[in-house]
Amino acid sequence: MTKNRIDTTLAQYKKTGKKALIPFITSGDGGYDCTEQAVMEMIKNGADLIELGVPFSDPIAEGPVIQRASERSLRQGTTLSGIFEMVQRLRKKTDTPLLFMMYLNTIFRFGTDRFFQTCQICGIDGVIVPDIPYEEKDEIQGSADKYNVHNISLVTPASEDRIQMIASDATGFLYCVSSNGVTGVRQKFDTEFDPLFEKIYKYAKIPCAVGFGISGPEAAKKMSKYCDGVIIGSAIVKLVEQYGGKTAPKEIGIFIKSLRQALDN
Amino acid sequence: MEKIGRFGEFGGQYVPETVMNAVHELETAYAKYGSDPHFWEEYRTLLRTYAGRPSMLYYAERMTKDLGGCKIYIKREDLNHTGAHKINNVLGQILLAKKMGKKRIIAETGAGQHGVATATACAMFDIECEVYMGTEDMRRQRLNVYRMQLLGAKVTGVDSGTGTLKDAINEAMRDWATNIDTTYYLIGSAMGPHPYPQMVRDFQKVIGEETKAQLQEVEGRLPDCVLACVGGGSNAIGIFYDFISNENVQLIGAEAAGKGIDTKLHAATVAKGELGIFHGMKSYFIQNEEGQIAPVYSISAGLDYPGVGPEHANLYKTGRAKYLAITDEEAVQALEYLSRTEGIIPAIESAHAVAAAMKIAPEMQPNQLMVICLSGRGDKDMQQIAEYRGVKIDD
Repeated sequence: MTKNRIDTTLAQYKKTGKKALIPFITSGDGGYDCTEQAVMEMIKNGADLIELGVPFSDPIAEGPVIQRASERSLRQGTTLSGIFEMVQRLRKKTDTPLLFMMYLNTIFRFGTDRFFQTCQICGIDGVIVPDIPYEEKDEIQGSADKYNVHNISLVTPASEDRIQMIASDATGFLYCVSSNGVTGVRQKFDTEFDPLFEKIYKYAKIPCAVGFGISGPEAAKKMSKYCDGVIIGSAIVKLVEQYGGKTAPKEIGIFIKSLRQALDN
Repeated sequence: MEKIGRFGEFGGQYVPETVMNAVHELETAYAKYGSDPHFWEEYRTLLRTYAGRPSMLYYAERMTKDLGGCKIYIKREDLNHTGAHKINNVLGQILLAKKMGKKRIIAETGAGQHGVATATACAMFDIECEVYMGTEDMRRQRLNVYRMQLLGAKVTGVDSGTGTLKDAINEAMRDWATNIDTTYYLIGSAMGPHPYPQMVRDFQKVIGEETKAQLQEVEGRLPDCVLACVGGGSNAIGIFYDFISNENVQLIGAEAAGKGIDTKLHAATVAKGELGIFHGMKSYFIQNEEGQIAPVYSISAGLDYPGVGPEHANLYKTGRAKYLAITDEEAVQALEYLSRTEGIIPAIESAHAVAAAMKIAPEMQPNQLMVICLSGRGDKDMQQIAEYRGVKIDD
């Protein structure tokens, strides 16, 4: 595949040493309008890449916060086609890289080739699929490459000797999971980060971003020293739950601003 | 060439990266011990001395006469220790977990039979045990919840989704990813990522092997038809497996039609499911056009699952096995029928196989032989069946 928005955005950051801020939000939670406005608020306040969660009935990699968001979104009738339409609306307003975080069955049922073709048409630059490990990536890799969409690879503290294999083949950026388990804010991490990231950087030829469990500006700042970008999900999704679809976008904007400041200082 | 861990196009290892090393570790351990005769000797000793195997093959004479078709035999898995076939798999996997040095066992359970078997074996092997169970299933199977607790297991309720088996599996997978270093996930059915479907089948195939030998002894030949209920499909694959190469033996699975397969309240995966990828495997799943896994329903908590094991998916696709959908009402009637005709109270899960037998047997000839796998006993279901029939047995 050739370079897309993800590569060009992250390449600039790599040059300047600035850390990429990558927020996540569950699409359709609080309504499509809420997601759309929240994405624009995030971009306005300093987000660099946006992860759009595609809600799934059984999200086995998610903790309670994103599970609940997925349930709320599905109850409101969110569909993949509806999300694609929202992406098309967003693409008229922004050039910021957009990724989907989603489960394999959603892609499979839509039709894998048709899915990636639609990603390209609507302007999705990458997908993160937590239930597809390296060994099964052929299920989607061919179509992802064909339509120039990154299939983002994940490594975790449990990956150990698999890091070389995964990192060497990764494109876009490498998603480094901070600790074993599911998504959700953590009070503290048991992971020994120095040896983990030493190993990751030995093999990764692309930028690395860390995610899972990062609660706010302080944690983001702390984790950012290990890599090129920080991913924040549950802490943002929680704001939608707390404030509801109308007020959440503004609150999310304020939160993103605080993260941006922490990363830049 | 078929990829590793596949049955035709079905199966695979679709799990998060966090658990991949654990899955490989299990594959390696199973390859090592699975080819070690000492391991199998230890396993068989446990089956004999602890589970009470071989289980009996019983000639159901009154049922045979009453239905007026073929000769009917019942494979009595309900007589195993803990009351179901689940113990066969649990003893095999726990032996493996112990050899792998695992300190903690987690399991999911639907009807509670797998949970009870796991809690039982963990007590005997002195390993910490936590069982995930949907809150709806905990309500339906209160007695089994108490049994697990009595055996020293921690039972954790799961109220996400429909609060049933699929949700319990989701939560067990999340626990596994979190405690990957210490914990062994003891899956209760022939499903999930490779090597589970194959391994669980290997630990259940003793049902079919015994059946074949026992029938040989009394009838001097193979059966014409073998029946079993199918949720994930472990008792069914257990009794089917040794007969797959005997092409004249008809293999029939009975899945749960709930209130009927034309309603939304069923769990008939083969009849109504579509190809999908979920819970680590490519197989058939009941889902909507968006690929969202559908809430399923059956009176039987053990069959209340929206998928089916990959080997069954392949047996269906290749035409080697057939699957019939049995409604709640048919299953309850079959439970009552077997109780009164043979003095055997089957589990409501197993009653689905009995119901299928009651449909098929009259169509067969007197010189033909049928074997029903009676996967479990019905004590656990009395409360619910009474409720279904409007009888009050509790205050």
